[in-house]
Amino acid sequence: MKTAISINGLVIVLLIISFIKDKKKTKKSLLIALKTLGKIAPSILSVILLIGLMYGLLSDKIAIFFGQENGVIGFFTIALFGSVIHMPSLLAFPLAGSFLAEGASVSSVAAFITTLTMIGIVTLPLEIKTMGKKFAIYRNLFSFGIALIIAVLMGVIL
Amino acid sequence: MNEQMMKKNKKNSKKGFLFLGLVIVGFILTSILIPEKSPLILQTSFDYFKQMAMVFPAILILMGLFTVWISKEFVMTHLGESSGIKGIAVAFFLGAIPTGPIFVAFPIAQALRKKGASYTNLVIFLSAWACIKIPQELVEMQFLGVNFMLARLLITTVFITIMGVSINKLMNTEKEIEVKI
Repeated sequence: MKTAISINGLVIVLLIISFIKDKKKTKKSLLIALKTLGKIAPSILSVILLIGLMYGLLSDKIAIFFGQENGVIGFFTIALFGSVIHMPSLLAFPLAGSFLAEGASVSSVAAFITTLTMIGIVTLPLEIKTMGKKFAIYRNLFSFGIALIIAVLMGVIL
Repeated sequence: MNEQMMKKNKKNSKKGFLFLGLVIVGFILTSILIPEKSPLILQTSFDYFKQMAMVFPAILILMGLFTVWISKEFVMTHLGESSGIKGIAVAFFLGAIPTGPIFVAFPIAQALRKKGASYTNLVIFLSAWACIKIPQELVEMQFLGVNFMLARLLITTVFITIMGVSINKLMNTEKEIEVKI
């Protein structure tokens, strides 16, 4: 909430400064904002609904995966699961904390957090639209790789 | 050329609507087949929508202002191909400022790309945005402990940087091949 207020405040101040300095440029910038919104609005709405769908359908199954954790397969399942589902990290941390408290391994919890936040199968269409197919695919694939490395290292260190 | 681009744009937005349609059909099917799930689905989507709606208009305007006021040279010196370690630091900083869900970051990254930011720094910016936000780290510390938080922060920072450099190499070599052909 605080973040939202400060961002909006900042933008209003910048907008006023811009308007005082150059009305034409300010108008142009607002037009750019509007155009971008028009272009990505359908993708954003689908992403939001898709996140809801995934969360609603899969959230009660997360605990099952952590419960049946058996070595490498369990670890991969959790990483894949984290890639498919998308959750605000503010929700993900308490959830991950509860798994850790219930006895899940550090590695699997780390894999879950990293894939959950960095990889977005649901946000992929939007990422492709804004950043291009190649970049989006590379970034998500690499992120999956480093999520696994991070998880293993976390397990070794802690 | 221009006409071609417009056609491509039209095709793209059609795809966007098609995808939205598919998701809506999926939601309707789910509500019919598993009606007890639909309140949770709607609640989650609505929470996300609220979270996004609070910052998204501001972010879009910020992006518009950025496009109009910030010169290509400025972005290139600070985030471009030859910005080096300083560029990496700037990208981490920009990504770690608290601002909202990851999909808000994509249009910003797009604007940065158009102004000449390198792929290395774009990857770092997006990844930092996704998983190393400063207020989030405090929550992580609270729920997972200070050791977990610090270790993850450190390892993640290192590997995000490696990933950025690798993706940059891949994107650029492919571009060179394209130019040769």
